[in-house]
Amino acid sequence: MSAHTYELTHLQALESESIHIVREVAAEFERPVLLFSGGKDSVIMLHLAAKAFAPARVPFPVMHVDTGHNFPEVLDFRDRTVERLGVRLVVASVEESIAKGRVRERPDGIRNPLQTVTLLDGINEHGFDAVFGGARRDEEKARAKERVFSFRDEFGQWDPKNQRPELWSLYNGRHHKGEHIRVFPLSNWTELDIWQYLAQEEIELPSIYFAHQRQVFRRDNMWYAVSEWTHPREGEEVATLTVRYRTVGDVPVTGAVESTASTYDEVIAETAATRITERGATRGDDRLSEAAMEDRKREGYF
Amino acid sequence: MELLRFATAGSVDDGKSTLIGRLLYDTKSIFEDQLESIERTSRDRGDEQTNLALLTDGLRAEREQGITIDVAYRYFATPKRKFIIADTPGHVQYTRNMVTGASTANLALILVDARNGLVEQSRRHAFIASLLRVPHLVLCVNKMDLVGYDQTVFEQIKAEFRQFATKLDIGDLTFIPISALNGDNVVHRSASMPWYDGTSLLHHLEEVHIASDRNLIDARFPVQYVIRPQAQTDPELHDYRGYAGQIAGGVFKPGDEVIVLPSGLQSRVASIDTATGPVDEAFAPMSVTIRLADDIDVSRGDMICRPHNQPRISQDVDAMVCWLSDQPLSVRGMYAIKHTTRNARAQVRDLDYRIDVNTLHRDETADSLGLNEIGRVSLRTTQPLFADDYRRNRTTGSFLLIDEATGSTVGAGMML
Repeated sequence: MSAHTYELTHLQALESESIHIVREVAAEFERPVLLFSGGKDSVIMLHLAAKAFAPARVPFPVMHVDTGHNFPEVLDFRDRTVERLGVRLVVASVEESIAKGRVRERPDGIRNPLQTVTLLDGINEHGFDAVFGGARRDEEKARAKERVFSFRDEFGQWDPKNQRPELWSLYNGRHHKGEHIRVFPLSNWTELDIWQYLAQEEIELPSIYFAHQRQVFRRDNMWYAVSEWTHPREGEEVATLTVRYRTVGDVPVTGAVESTASTYDEVIAETAATRITERGATRGDDRLSEAAMEDRKREGYF
Repeated sequence: MELLRFATAGSVDDGKSTLIGRLLYDTKSIFEDQLESIERTSRDRGDEQTNLALLTDGLRAEREQGITIDVAYRYFATPKRKFIIADTPGHVQYTRNMVTGASTANLALILVDARNGLVEQSRRHAFIASLLRVPHLVLCVNKMDLVGYDQTVFEQIKAEFRQFATKLDIGDLTFIPISALNGDNVVHRSASMPWYDGTSLLHHLEEVHIASDRNLIDARFPVQYVIRPQAQTDPELHDYRGYAGQIAGGVFKPGDEVIVLPSGLQSRVASIDTATGPVDEAFAPMSVTIRLADDIDVSRGDMICRPHNQPRISQDVDAMVCWLSDQPLSVRGMYAIKHTTRNARAQVRDLDYRIDVNTLHRDETADSLGLNEIGRVSLRTTQPLFADDYRRNRTTGSFLLIDEATGSTVGAGMML
């Protein structure tokens, strides 16, 4: 920042807004939790929370909704990060939900849609009243309309037509017992802002965000990793390519992009030049229908 | 790179979506998969042209009904600035939406169709922008191509608007003749309007001076959260006590004499901390942590300011209120009030008048405010608030009224 003109850069302005939101939640809620997957947005959220309360520790736990289909690099990163920051990790496991009969495994083995039940069960079980999510408005058109403080009823449902107006930097977190508020401190960040900030703050990420060699196969115009849970079908050829991930999710629905970007600067250059949104390029689950995200969000999805 | 937030408003069919689409498209902020998706939907619906409104109309109900229901936020950047657009729809819930979008905007962009000139909605949009104290207003006269790029049409609209604007409080007013469809004066100066000697819209958005819009005079720090490390591990932090918050006005420096409200206790700023270390000064809207030289009792909802420049400390609030709920505001009604980091309850003592947002006529006989109506009210709060006039400080001068039973946000207030 320039001390003489009293100007903030766009990253400083975004950071300041996000820290304000995070502190507001810590002050007004009894049991907040931060959803932490090891994905870049949740990494930034946790980084901002650590900054918001420094030199004290983050005053709430983090929760990972674990589909059981993880990139090992990401799990390792998750565990190291919570250890370093001294925050408590709660794992809500989709596999456990399946074992308990709360949800049934789908024939295609994709667990992304099953996460909603596990997430809501986790929120109920621990009595969380505010749940930080890393969703951004630039990601998806249903998310472009969502509030920073987004009300969820006792069933975890979002009602997009009945949202509270949100003005200035005054956030209304009122709710009754059993209801909760989803909070999105990164609402106004874009994918490019995220990468610029990661570079500026030198924040560590799981290695799969950078170019690496991987065995992949082509399906529905996307490159999927060959893994324990994902195998090429007949006619789908396997190739070893240099790829990286733009998003990190349930392995069977998360596609890789061909890329040689191996540093922050290279990723920023690539992100600035890309012509396809990150969800369009890498998320099989958003391609179900025009309103796939809105429908999942109504039911309580992230 | 600086951040500029602007709100767009226009009436039906004045080309707002086309303009936003063009700004996004020409700054390469629309992605191929988004474009393909809306092209497909437009085709399926039998639209003749690709409907750029589909970019922002994200909800199922919006696409089904072909209308925009809610404020949509869009993002784009040029090498000079990052922009956040709050796109506020014209037909449904217009006042509520525009008030919301304008509340955080540095600039309001109002579109007028050159063929129709100023309409009722243009005046309403200008009134709301001035009520919300948006510092910069741009009136874009669109569809200049359809009036033969005629300068007299532009000048007439300009003169008419200037006259109306004298009734309002508008800081900085700019007029730009454009054709969103053809791109005239949107990103580049147009060759079709050589008589226009101003800049293109994008150039204006990139260059308009916003740094001095903030209040850098009245130091205001609403305490948001008290940081007290549980520091068994680090004895150095044992006595750490920091007051976290976002600076709402003015500049703070270590060594400043300060007073804490409501206690009235005085101290000095010992240091201003951030996670990356102490800073020499901090100004709005930075989020920081202030430590004081003396061990005095400070908690959330308190205000740190300078002894010789304090906000009003009062339980009586006069304000313009925009009503956001189906359940009308009623005199004697009790609401929760949220003001800076302070929560209290407020009773409506009086409704002085209701204002007609189209004619600016004041109806002093009104006894309630319905959805999307604006009026001047007097409130009595259960606790004192530390308030500035909204025209002096948009952060310490604004508040929400909340229905205590439903938890809904029902009113947006601007202190007088």
